[in-house]
Amino acid sequence: MSEKTKILCITCPKGCTLEVSHEGQTILEVKPGCKRGHAYAANELVNPRRMVATTVNIRGGLHPLLPVYTSAPFPKGRIHELREVLRKVEVQAPIRMGAVVVEDILGTGVNILASRDMAQA
Amino acid sequence: MTTKDRYDVVIIGAGPGGLAAAIAARQNGAEDVLVIERDKELGGILQQCIHNGFGLETFQQDLPGPSYAQRFIDQALDHGVEFLLDTMVLDISSQRRIFATGKHSGIVDLTARSVVLSMGCRERTRAQIRIPGMRPAGVYTAGTAQRWVNVEGFMPGSRYVILGSGDIGMIMARRLTLEGAHVERVLEVMPYLTGLTRNYVQCLMDFDIPLQLSHTVKRIIGHKRVEAVETVRVDERWNPIPGSEEIIPCDTMLLSVGLIPENELSRQAGVLIDPLTGGPFVDDSFQTNIPGIFAAGNVVHVYDLVDWVSEAGRLAGISAARFAAQVRRKENRLVPLLAGENVRYVVPHRMDRETLAETPVRLQLRVRQPIESPVWVEVRNRTNLIARKGELYARPGEIITLEIPTTAYDEVQKADELTLAVVKR
Amino acid sequence: MKAYDVIVIGGGIVGCMTARFLSRYRLNILLIDKAADIGTGASAANSAIVHAGYDPEPGTLKAKMNVLGNAMWDTLSGELGFEYDRRGDYVVAIGPEELDTLDKLLEQGRRNGVPGMHVILADEMRSREPNINPLVSGALWAPTGGICDPFMATVAAAENAVANGVTVLLETEFQDFIFDGARIVGVRTNVGDFGCRWAVNAAGLYADQVMHKAGVRPEFKITPRRGEYAVLDRAELEVNNVLFPVPSERGKGILVTATLHGNAMVGPNSQIVDDAEDSAVTNDGMAEIWEGAQKLIPSLTPRLAIAVFAGLRAHGNAPCLTPGVSHNHDFIIETPREAPGLVNIGGIESPGLTSAPAIALHVIEMLREAGEKLEEKPDWNPIRPPRPHFRKLPREEQMKLIKADPRFGRVICRCEMVTEGEIIAEIHAPIPARNYDAIKRRTWLGTGRCLGSFDMPRVVEILAEELGIAPEEVTKKGPGSEFLTRKTKAWEA
Repeated sequence: MSEKTKILCITCPKGCTLEVSHEGQTILEVKPGCKRGHAYAANELVNPRRMVATTVNIRGGLHPLLPVYTSAPFPKGRIHELREVLRKVEVQAPIRMGAVVVEDILGTGVNILASRDMAQA
Repeated sequence: MTTKDRYDVVIIGAGPGGLAAAIAARQNGAEDVLVIERDKELGGILQQCIHNGFGLETFQQDLPGPSYAQRFIDQALDHGVEFLLDTMVLDISSQRRIFATGKHSGIVDLTARSVVLSMGCRERTRAQIRIPGMRPAGVYTAGTAQRWVNVEGFMPGSRYVILGSGDIGMIMARRLTLEGAHVERVLEVMPYLTGLTRNYVQCLMDFDIPLQLSHTVKRIIGHKRVEAVETVRVDERWNPIPGSEEIIPCDTMLLSVGLIPENELSRQAGVLIDPLTGGPFVDDSFQTNIPGIFAAGNVVHVYDLVDWVSEAGRLAGISAARFAAQVRRKENRLVPLLAGENVRYVVPHRMDRETLAETPVRLQLRVRQPIESPVWVEVRNRTNLIARKGELYARPGEIITLEIPTTAYDEVQKADELTLAVVKR
Repeated sequence: MKAYDVIVIGGGIVGCMTARFLSRYRLNILLIDKAADIGTGASAANSAIVHAGYDPEPGTLKAKMNVLGNAMWDTLSGELGFEYDRRGDYVVAIGPEELDTLDKLLEQGRRNGVPGMHVILADEMRSREPNINPLVSGALWAPTGGICDPFMATVAAAENAVANGVTVLLETEFQDFIFDGARIVGVRTNVGDFGCRWAVNAAGLYADQVMHKAGVRPEFKITPRRGEYAVLDRAELEVNNVLFPVPSERGKGILVTATLHGNAMVGPNSQIVDDAEDSAVTNDGMAEIWEGAQKLIPSLTPRLAIAVFAGLRAHGNAPCLTPGVSHNHDFIIETPREAPGLVNIGGIESPGLTSAPAIALHVIEMLREAGEKLEEKPDWNPIRPPRPHFRKLPREEQMKLIKADPRFGRVICRCEMVTEGEIIAEIHAPIPARNYDAIKRRTWLGTGRCLGSFDMPRVVEILAEELGIAPEEVTKKGPGSEFLTRKTKAWEA
């Protein structure tokens, strides 16, 4: 028995409404949409993930906070756990953009990366 | 610290537009490129836009704002761009003379062969002005809150109402939630979302933050700190619908009601502003009505994607470099005309060596002392005589005219300076 | 109990001027105010006009104080170093029916002793203010009218008082008098009791409550009248004159005026409110002031506004004491027989700002009459040097300032060009500016187009640094108005 689910695509700024026909988790058709849209719809249906950007405390830096982000989309349902962990993380300046701040966070295989260089104050 | 008082290209603002312009200017022949930035670091507002979604066009990657900025910062440093941080430009003349000050840079007074304006934009405050009620603490633009939360490390409140469904407002709703605050709702006076759909999905829907379209704030309540806001539904002509009022307890109201180009400096330079965009009128080289003054990025009109800001900056940087090269070439061709023996002054003070390729150059001078006998009026390149003319006398009250003929072209090309003298025959 | 010769209750323009003029004599003086800064009431939110004096009814104390006070402002601004510009003012008649009123005002002004007034023709008015309503029929010109920075006049007076030995205590709220029989011998406040030989009631909107505590004039009541104003973006429109409509029953009406900050201003309306702290701006009020302003300059629109605010006037119900004058809202300036030791000032609404220095001199006269010796201090210094405003200085002066102190080279408020040097100077001034609004009122920072959205984080940082407190403790206008609630990461789920 196939069903239809509407998904707002967030892959690009366009923000298409995708109409996904699927049987359970098996996708039959997505329209309209591009390749990236289709991939997004497939994920969103089964395992929604988001890029997460936030900050962690940094000691001795130009600013008290270092912006960080997930190396890959992170399971949406676990974002609340993620913010709990990152709230307590503190790193030391200087740090380079792309440096791994937390490896394999919460066992998801996703790393937390520094979004920028932060010089020592 | 600047060591020079003359630059090929000076760029005002080190946001994405300014950085791209600086890199492009260096890549296109400008030798001395200086960026003047009022903040204490490079990158502009991107440094507080820590969310993802930048660079899909430019780098085919989904980057956070600071990462996008970092790539341009690194490139600019690699290309030998000079920077003045924590320095505010006070004014720019139409002749591209720039006055700036900074706590560490002191007084900066320099001239640019070309200028790129890239001051960006600021948040609209009109709605803030119009909201009735008291003026307590706890009313901020979304951008100010973003600065505090993401860069300076402080939360400006714990329970928020956000007015305006612009992108910054929605993104802040998510940020505040991620940092343990509560966003009561986002209000939008229009009957539709004004920001991007994807921000609605991942900033509001994901965190169950309610969005109310066709709603606005009727009144701010609270003497010292915001205690509540009174909201109201509006009709299609934005008139409040009586009876739809609701009082929402909160301690903070954020406004995200759009951006407007920042052009106070541009106006001082005589740059004409289009009332529709709020930014300068520019041509396809991003030149304003003032020759040699270019503008790029959100200072021209508010873009929706940073990638286009960088692209505009790049094009303006190329144009500015070309313009500077022309001016510099012209400066290098100028040869000073000096007052030598018994000459009080000469006009013009400098001449373009290339002019002689087409026409003679007429010089006019006055003598210091009268000579009541025949004289030579001479132009020399050091000891080499370039032109000479006889006069029966020379008197301070009478201007003497002398032409350098086109035949002197070759000799003038070799000269560092030309000296005029009036001597007895 | 710490004892003073004089305690001034209220740090508005009247209290501060009184303290300043009294500081000339060998007196130990305390000035208290309940707010976190001086001058936060009517003195900070009004039309900023030094009135010529043709408006008050002849024979009233208002008329007398207005004209006497007006004459003092040139010297005062010179001594105290605040901005003041005696540029004259106009009452503008629109349509032939309003012309008669100009003659009445002219006559009233003459009786009050206002110098130099005359009526000008419509064409002359049009040439002096090209944006004026084309239906203008004539105007009354009063060359002694002026504009000032009323808040800085208050600050300057207080600073000069402090320089001459006066003590100022802020966040100190009057609660009651201390009596010895009927005589007032002290003041109770939220921070303790203070003894005094004289207490000066300069409590503005609360003057009725203060005098009632002394058992004086139980029938006197202040009815706060809220006046709303809009400040115009100076990049959009400049108005160089002070333009009043012809007055009505309800007062001087809604005016359009130049200000010393360069922004034109329109307002006020007049709304009776119950709460003396209710300085809320309303939609109806805004509609009213724009309509009023458009009567004078039709091209004015709300689109030009860069800020709106409301101030409260201390409208009283004291009858004029001059026989034959029926006026029921006169000033009170007295030493009431029933409460020895009290100098009672009340009902000081417009022209209170103009009158304030004259009221101060009147207080001195009353003290002398009451037997105070009032010996002059040989070292009294009437001069309070002004602090520089970067934006208003010529380029060479700016350069000098930066060379002397590099903090003047760091611009904090981009719109109004206010520098770190100016902010720090205010924080450490004789009356220290200890919160954002205090700095804003002194430097005009945050009043430009961005409404402080860029400067706010910087000012909070500077205040924290200079006052040695945490940024979370920095306030907009005193305790309870903190900007920040916690550090970003300091939360528990």
